[in-house]
Amino acid sequence: MVDTDDRSTPRDPATGAGWVDPPPRMGFFTDTSVCIGCKACEVACKEWNGVPTSGLDLLGMSYDNTGALTANSWRHVAFIEQPRPAAASEQTDTTTQFLGMPQSGPPGRTGTAEGRNDFRWLMMSDVCKHCTRAGCLDVCPTGALFRTEFGTVVVQEDICNGCGYCVSACPYGVIDRRVDDGRVWKCTLCYDRIGAGMTPACAQACPTESIQYGPLDELRERAAARVATLHERGVPEARLYGHDPSDGVGGDGAFFLLLDEPEVYGLPPDPQVPTHDLPKMWKRAGVAALAMAAGAVVAFLGGKR
Amino acid sequence: MSSQQPPVGERFRRSRQRRDAGLAVPPAEFSSYYGRPILKPPVWTWEIAAYLFTGGVAAGSSLLAAGGQLTGRPAMRRAGRVAALAAVTASAGLLVKDLGRPERFHHMLRVAKPTSPMSVGTWIVAAYGPAAGLAAIAEAAPLLPRRGPLGLVRRVLPPVGRVAGLAAAATAPALGTYTGVLLADTAVPSWHEAYPHLPVVFAGSALASGAGVGLIAVPPAQAGPARRMAVAGAALELYGAHQVESRLGLLSEPYRTGRAGQLLRAGRTLTAVGVAGAVLGGRSRVVAALSGAALLAASVATRFGVFRAGVASARDPRYTVLPQRERLARRRAAETP
Repeated sequence: MVDTDDRSTPRDPATGAGWVDPPPRMGFFTDTSVCIGCKACEVACKEWNGVPTSGLDLLGMSYDNTGALTANSWRHVAFIEQPRPAAASEQTDTTTQFLGMPQSGPPGRTGTAEGRNDFRWLMMSDVCKHCTRAGCLDVCPTGALFRTEFGTVVVQEDICNGCGYCVSACPYGVIDRRVDDGRVWKCTLCYDRIGAGMTPACAQACPTESIQYGPLDELRERAAARVATLHERGVPEARLYGHDPSDGVGGDGAFFLLLDEPEVYGLPPDPQVPTHDLPKMWKRAGVAALAMAAGAVVAFLGGKR
Repeated sequence: MSSQQPPVGERFRRSRQRRDAGLAVPPAEFSSYYGRPILKPPVWTWEIAAYLFTGGVAAGSSLLAAGGQLTGRPAMRRAGRVAALAAVTASAGLLVKDLGRPERFHHMLRVAKPTSPMSVGTWIVAAYGPAAGLAAIAEAAPLLPRRGPLGLVRRVLPPVGRVAGLAAAATAPALGTYTGVLLADTAVPSWHEAYPHLPVVFAGSALASGAGVGLIAVPPAQAGPARRMAVAGAALELYGAHQVESRLGLLSEPYRTGRAGQLLRAGRTLTAVGVAGAVLGGRSRVVAALSGAALLAASVATRFGVFRAGVASARDPRYTVLPQRERLARRRAAETP
């Protein structure tokens, strides 16, 4: 079905995909304000899902040597170093600056007070968003990508033929083709574990409950309360990302609490599912096809020789 | 040639642009994660750009062949049918080769999904390919013996070829334009925003390349329709390309700069040369053939240019962040009275 839902109507994606009486929609709430950048989520994900190594690559991007979500990294911890104190004023300075961390001693003990920088360290464990209106799922021409009963989006590796359309259709740049394998891979929200009533590996391993797993409705309430708490405590820059069912992808199954603009973390500020404009696109193609046929007809009828 | 310079008239138009006015002069500053792209650049390689061309040649050639069939121009019919079969065979090969798992190409035939332009395209090619193939094979009828079982085939083939040729021509416009939707229905910024114009560019490019086949293979005395088809195709292609290069604000930039800009400028020049040659010197066999070759080369350059512009727009986070920031700002402005 061509999805022409109004962007303001929330809907349950599992029901929309034909599941009868599905369990509640499950998802992740990743609260970056308590992330400590330990990368246990990255390791646990690789271990449980048997994801191949991405190789040793020193990127020079703070403590981030993963770089991005790829076919071989289904969780990615981003590290951003900013020259400002943790509880700064409302004026958001979004410049990213490498401060040469780690220093030879703990901050505050090295050098003089004047030489010290105020800085904050943002850490965020990124993951597939399991969109309500998923571009990858819409454009998959083989049916390899499907919507589970939990409302998540999963690739069937025995079906995928590596056409790569989903890679270009993802507004977050998540799904990716594995070079030596030819198929696409991404987070499954541990479909095998949650089907057995278990918690996904990354959330299970997270030592600070930065990654929270549960029914999406519950997580959204919890997230709203957490933002209110942070605002009370003088962190006005705390905001939710991907929680809103009226956004361009119908809301994310995995959403975030961020402490700066999304693009600072490498997230798109206003993602939109590409198929949103598909009916208009087919109309334009239809007009162009008619023009093409008309051009040929005129060419043959328009002159004697 | 300076690629940074906006085309003549651009500054005037910028002030008139309604929707994209804010995008035309982008703010210099934007945030990103270590300058990394937000989107994954397309994993498609040259095969897909080449397929855009061969698919267009097939579509244009089938229209040329059907016109020749219906207006009694056997040389044009034959050239169009043979070129269409060659081009659609190359297309299928290129499409399969670009897959990560080529041996699983038939998984495309498990489903028919209107939300996936690639699935729609699979079924268009599946309908068009056999028809184009049958029409081309029918051209071999005169080579068969007059007697025996093959003699029967010899008598049956021409009417079968006529039906198949018309069926191929009926699906050809879909084959020539769906590829515009294929590219536009992605998150690739400069492809997606170009959705109103890409099918027009591709329709024109397909017509012009079909005309090119006619100009090369058909004696000038019979090639009048090919010359007119070249004019019609070039007009559509140049109009569409101009829209893409000037109407998308910041997202037009990848179409004007870098290798994509060079390819699109080369395509425009070759189209102009090809049309001028066909119209002014088309009575000469040599000039007609050279003009046809120029039109085919123009189509190659245009397709690769459009392809590379999209890839460039996905690689640079500013083409993702700035237009989305603009969209957010517009929506917020509309929400707060």
